[in-house]
Amino acid sequence: MLARKCVRALDYNCNLYYLFLYQKHYNENVFLTLISSAGRLDGKMREKTLTMDTLNPQVKAVEYAVRGPIVIKAGEIERYLEEGGTKPFSEVIKANIGDAHAMGQQPITFLRQVVALCTFPELMDSPSFPEDAKWRARRILQGCGGHSLGSYSASPGVECIRKDIAAYIEQRDEGVPSDWENIYLTTGASDGIMTILRLLVSGKDSSRTGVMIPIPQYPLYSAAISEMDAVQVNYYLDEDNCWALDINELHRAHQAAKQHCQPRVICIINPGNPTGQVQSKKCIEEVLHFAYEENLFVMSDEVYQDNVYAPDCQFHSFKKVLYEMGPEYFSSVELVSFHSTSKGYTGECGFRGGYMEVINMDPEVKAQLVKLLSVRLCPPLAGQAAMDVIVNPPQPEEHTFKQFHQEKSSVLGALAEKAKLTEQILNAVPGIKCNPVQGAMYAFPRIFIPPKAVEEAKALGMQPDMLYCLRLLEETGICVVPGSGFGQKDRTYHFRMTILPSIEKLNVLLGKVRDFHIRFLKEYSGLE
Amino acid sequence: SWSWDRTSWQTYATNLSAFPAAQSEHLQQKMSENGALPLRGKVLTLDTMNANVKKVDYAVRGPIVQRAVQIEKELKEGVKKPFEEVIKANIGDAHAMGQRPITFFRQVMALCTYPQLLDDNKFPEDAKNRARRILQSCGGNSIGAYTTSQGIDCVRHDVANYIQRRDGGIPSDPDNIYLTTGASDGIVTILKLLTTGEGRTRTGVMISIPQYPLYSASIAELGAVQINYYLNEEKCWSLDISELQRSLQAAREHCNPCVLCIINPGNPTGQVQSRQCIEDVIRFAAKENLFLMADEVYQDNVYAEGCAFHSFKKVLFEMGPEYSSKVELASFHSTSKCYMGECGFRGGYMEVMNMDPEVKAQLTKLVSVRLCPPAPGQALMDLVVNSPQPGEPSYQTFMKERTAVLSALAEKAKLTEEILNTVPGISCNPVQGAMYSFPRITLPERSINEAKAKGQAPDMFYCMKLLEETGICLVPGSGFGQREGTYHFRMTILPPTDKLKIMLNKLKEFHQKFTQQYS
Repeated sequence: MLARKCVRALDYNCNLYYLFLYQKHYNENVFLTLISSAGRLDGKMREKTLTMDTLNPQVKAVEYAVRGPIVIKAGEIERYLEEGGTKPFSEVIKANIGDAHAMGQQPITFLRQVVALCTFPELMDSPSFPEDAKWRARRILQGCGGHSLGSYSASPGVECIRKDIAAYIEQRDEGVPSDWENIYLTTGASDGIMTILRLLVSGKDSSRTGVMIPIPQYPLYSAAISEMDAVQVNYYLDEDNCWALDINELHRAHQAAKQHCQPRVICIINPGNPTGQVQSKKCIEEVLHFAYEENLFVMSDEVYQDNVYAPDCQFHSFKKVLYEMGPEYFSSVELVSFHSTSKGYTGECGFRGGYMEVINMDPEVKAQLVKLLSVRLCPPLAGQAAMDVIVNPPQPEEHTFKQFHQEKSSVLGALAEKAKLTEQILNAVPGIKCNPVQGAMYAFPRIFIPPKAVEEAKALGMQPDMLYCLRLLEETGICVVPGSGFGQKDRTYHFRMTILPSIEKLNVLLGKVRDFHIRFLKEYSGLE
Repeated sequence: SWSWDRTSWQTYATNLSAFPAAQSEHLQQKMSENGALPLRGKVLTLDTMNANVKKVDYAVRGPIVQRAVQIEKELKEGVKKPFEEVIKANIGDAHAMGQRPITFFRQVMALCTYPQLLDDNKFPEDAKNRARRILQSCGGNSIGAYTTSQGIDCVRHDVANYIQRRDGGIPSDPDNIYLTTGASDGIVTILKLLTTGEGRTRTGVMISIPQYPLYSASIAELGAVQINYYLNEEKCWSLDISELQRSLQAAREHCNPCVLCIINPGNPTGQVQSRQCIEDVIRFAAKENLFLMADEVYQDNVYAEGCAFHSFKKVLFEMGPEYSSKVELASFHSTSKCYMGECGFRGGYMEVMNMDPEVKAQLTKLVSVRLCPPAPGQALMDLVVNSPQPGEPSYQTFMKERTAVLSALAEKAKLTEEILNTVPGISCNPVQGAMYSFPRITLPERSINEAKAKGQAPDMFYCMKLLEETGICLVPGSGFGQREGTYHFRMTILPPTDKLKIMLNKLKEFHQKFTQQYS
């Protein structure tokens, strides 16, 4: 009981946030042990080998808001409700993470058929599976050791899947050549991004690798940079211009960073996460030219390439644009682009499938990359198989095409509708301003937080938008991620919410957000 | 890698003309101002890349395996060789060597992947029940949803129950269980937490020699300090406490040893640790304030009579609260070995004990950055720890399949040891457990000199020649570490018995020929 009380008192205090985590994880004894190690009780225990003082400091520095304190709190509330507790709402809606299936999206039937056939090849005899699925499964299994999904694959991935990916890229990019030996399967895109950054991070002090990332960014980048002790170089997206990337801002950030580190990498997320913008071809050209001139390694995170909703927007791959800029560029700019099974219309996050294409990488470094990958043996085979279906979907002449196409369009059509709906409803709320969700899966609206609320948050040692989101969660059950977890211009506040809930649910959710926001404004403007 | 040969240029030019709006105006302007742009150097080269990555070595998939893959391709293209196929005995990849998956596991996995099959009466009820239960704890009842970063709740509960049963009732807390992407992922994650300090205070990690090179590779990548303790080959690769003491003492001169890694049953050495030995190791770790990492992925692979698997956790708890409440221990398990050999699913778990709660919160945070281990791997791990029970419809088939795999392995362990020991110049310890033999080979002086002249480790030279002449792919002992002046190789005992016999006999012939040639 004592522990629980302590914990309540500390609630909402971010600095001591990990203390409140104990409520979830540890029984009273452990809590008392803790207090004892802090010297409040008589401590006879042997010192731990691994403590906060001896922990790898880079690990300590890592932050990942998408699964941070607010999500842990949401989990606690969910359990509380399950155990019969009462709240002003009946369920927690997790709009914090791009997890389509968790929000009720149905898997693409064909993809699951192929993976099921690969998993249990006895099903090849079943008449209820279509031939197009069977031959794909057979082909994948033929590429696996012992024809089993249970064998290790080569570390860069199953060869025939790498070939399918190269063919897919070539087709997507209207004939720009893609070499299958430049393709590496990964454990979700995150794994690929981390691996490439790991290769790039070197040097000490002012020669330490600087990594340019957009602000707002997807916090995998900042987390990876912290973990590897690289230098984070922020370039700010232009909120007033629909989160567009401004080349002058890249120059500014680069110049400033050169004073204290060696900027060697530029990361681009297109379509943007959390900001939902889709880059124009001209903008991509400018970025590539900038990278060319400043000798930067380009990492383009293109996992939302199929998620483009705005009618005047189109996805352009960095690879294709680079090619079109001519051989001077295409033969020299080092580029890695990333894709994944988790987004698009499939939303298969749990399979942890993904790939990267590596262009113009020094052959010796490529050998080092293969070596590094080999230590982890291989990406999960089921994820590789799922990736294969995405790059090698049913063709118009195949039986399954109609159903596949229908499922795909229905997911993408609903997402486009929800993108529009979210923008419209949010923009109708006074004190909320939301850029069009041109692509990806999120809205990142700016919220006005009254000065009194800002002060209160500061007194609690937390970010104002964290206070806002915690209140939103407590009062409505809606879980969104504060903008501070992604980075934002000073004194601006945002949150990220996914557009994934079903339309009915999304309508309810947005209505609740609106009501909450108005209440919040009133409360802190002294109007209540 | 590809370079700009003439054909690529032509293809390029042809393709480029398909894009009339190819080069935007300002770029063309820029280029004409500067004339042709100078060829810029690469950003990422061997000189500029992360130096720690360069130091990483992983022999199990090293040069010899790359050559094996090449030879396979040559054979496919019709190149004549003195053999018809490459036998990859380099890696513990059971299915690749023809082992069949456990039917029940794959049934449940297929049901989880494609739940429409739940209506199919060809699938047994116990498989359906398990699939339903797993799906119910997945977001949206789909294996395509992210799971919590620590792993699916019900899977962690099942793992804890399994450990409790395995260890004769010693409690296991699901909050201490973390699902992982294969055991490797867990091992690297824990090492990452532990690596800190600079110079003489840098974290030292004690590993056995010979070791599984994941350890040396991760230590290199993290920039930690590798501390070698040697297993005693004369005593069947057993672990000797005085050797631990010696290596720790020596290491304290230049780093801060704070982790002790144990692989039991041993990889590549196949020994199974006695209970007494484990107790001694735990006492040593307690005395010297070391964090213990117990790699127990071969826990079901014990073949020798008189040997039994003892988990570090169980022994720790049997030693009383003085130890069980203080020694920090992480133990690792996986779906890749034992009787299931499901490597491709990358399933695994770790159990952490006595970890500082604040550090545990940091661990949870760290694993959350990668979102979650693959859900199919988690589902499979669940089946391993929650396999069919007596009375369930799948029990008999399951047991039959499991026993068949394990007894075949026991037979092959024996066979390998016996045949190898008949070869003059090869001496092989009993393969008590795991999946490998690690025989010592005597190499003629002249072959050692020739290898050195080529800049190769003598056992690498030997294994390369073996590969070229017989198609057998093994890993040289130098990739695992060995006492200076001794040479070994690691081979798996996984090929089917008839194939294994052929392989061992080829090996025997080769060794005799090699010895003759260089004497």
